Amino acid sequence: MKRLLTILALFGALSVAVTPAMAQDKPAEKPTATAPAAAPGATATPAPAPTPNKGDMAWMLTCTALVLMMSIPGLALFYGGMVRAKNMLSVLMQVFVTFSLIVVLWCIYGYSLAFTEGNAFIGGFDRLFLGGTFDAVKGDFAMAATFSKATPIPELVFVAFQATFAAITCCLILGAFAERAKFSAVLIFMVLWFTFSYTSVAHMVWFWMGPDAYTTAKVVDEMNGKAGLLWQWGALDFAGGTVVHINAGIAGLVGAYLVGKRIGFGKEAMTPHNLPMTMIGAALLWMGWFGFNAGSALEANNSAALAFINTFLATACAVLAWTFGEWLFKGKPSMLGAASGAVAGLVAITPAAGNVGVPGAFVIGTAAGLVCLWACNQLKHWLSADDSLDVFGVHAVGGILGALLTGVFNSQSLGGPGLVTDWVTGKVGSNPILDQVWIQAQAVGVTIVVSGVVAFIAFKIADLIVGLRVTEEEEREGLDVNSHGETAYHT
Amino acid sequence: MKLVTAIIKPFKLDEVREALSAVGVTGITVTEVKGFGRQKGHTELYRGAEYVVDFLPKVKVEAAIKSELLEQVIEAIEKAANTGKIGDGKIFVAELEQTIRIRTGETGADAL
Repeated sequence: MKRLLTILALFGALSVAVTPAMAQDKPAEKPTATAPAAAPGATATPAPAPTPNKGDMAWMLTCTALVLMMSIPGLALFYGGMVRAKNMLSVLMQVFVTFSLIVVLWCIYGYSLAFTEGNAFIGGFDRLFLGGTFDAVKGDFAMAATFSKATPIPELVFVAFQATFAAITCCLILGAFAERAKFSAVLIFMVLWFTFSYTSVAHMVWFWMGPDAYTTAKVVDEMNGKAGLLWQWGALDFAGGTVVHINAGIAGLVGAYLVGKRIGFGKEAMTPHNLPMTMIGAALLWMGWFGFNAGSALEANNSAALAFINTFLATACAVLAWTFGEWLFKGKPSMLGAASGAVAGLVAITPAAGNVGVPGAFVIGTAAGLVCLWACNQLKHWLSADDSLDVFGVHAVGGILGALLTGVFNSQSLGGPGLVTDWVTGKVGSNPILDQVWIQAQAVGVTIVVSGVVAFIAFKIADLIVGLRVTEEEEREGLDVNSHGETAYHT
Repeated sequence: MKLVTAIIKPFKLDEVREALSAVGVTGITVTEVKGFGRQKGHTELYRGAEYVVDFLPKVKVEAAIKSELLEQVIEAIEKAANTGKIGDGKIFVAELEQTIRIRTGETGADAL
């Protein structure tokens, strides 16, 4: 009876979450100018609609493929090398299938919920099944706005690029409960969390009406009002510090608590079975991250160049910081440490990539290496969770650090590019550092709450339906043979 | 006949094999093993999780020999496997009751 009530309560909570989005969608004001979907130039002036630049298109298509490479094989190998040999295929499978699942959901409704006009918290259903992105009869492709006026890219390119972000974010969470979660429970969780946390946070942080919508000073308030909540607050997140890393890291921590510790945790050896694969994975992540960060400029331009060098420099700084930190405090510089440092640096520079200058990259990278090293050694023990592959210690901690420091180093007084203070004229200025850090902190807080609450409910639902864990016997024998009927290595 | 079993450091295997050949041993069996003795293990550290590795990898060499070769064989292994550091290993000697060559059915010392 109690179980039944819990199920009903959860469904109630979920439908409440869904209805505002639907209600918002119903008034059917035909949002002809949804931001990324926008071709607002056409509505403003009768001038011919701008055509996309071929360089921008080529760059964004390449970046999309690079982000796929980050996930499979990059993240899969990075994670896979860190588990025991008996669970290798389960990690690879979870990453592979989760990625595919989210891409499908993205095209069905995820993109629409994240990137069309709705309310400040979530989008609408205007682009369900990607409807309206391509008119097969006329051969017309809808355009999506970038960050420059009259510089669109085909909306389908934007859809694909953002699909990889949604998918890799969900894959990141898997590391927190690796080696004991039930495959079916993982998939149920992913559907729910993606639907109610990822799309919502992405909408709150990244949805806006696009630069072309800001035609005159009169429409500024109206256009701002249509953007996502955190965008309205002025939160800076270049490539996904909040949307991707804090979002995933918090969900991972909740998962580590709810799924519970691995059998024998703290007593039996759980050593990584293949660190060379972890190194290859980290290297592929680094390379793919150029697509992730520099691609988030949405154009092949100066902003992309800035994001590119920052992704290079901050990551290298973090590798050195983790390596020397570990050498100093733990005795030996380890390969796993260097690989972890690279990922920590990449995570932290993500929100900052095109939002800070080179001095920012130095500080953010170095700080990320040291802080995440501490998080994976000390903080992890304090939290007393079995976050198997340190999703929280690297992604949430690194993401929060990066998000806050973005607020510091965005300032032109610290070598940052500043931010656009007026989208009508494109005027650039700087917010006072403390003000911007406070905005960043609020965005971090909102993300933690949304992701934490949604993850908790999603895990509880998955637990009620199928149970979160495999049996003790299956866990001891390994997930590969029991969940997937295969063995990674034959000797 | 004697069965000589030597536990040695893995990187000394080639030298031991050569030394045994030199004194006339015609065949040996080698197994990769793990174990512990006076040599202590080491600790491995993975992102803050410390594991003590008690069992160290060693190589077990087994040779069935004629009794009169025993002194030479022991000396050969001792010399070849010695580094002077802890963990060089041990040699065990046991009586060997019978040997049979499967292909021909020969028995005893002829089968060695």
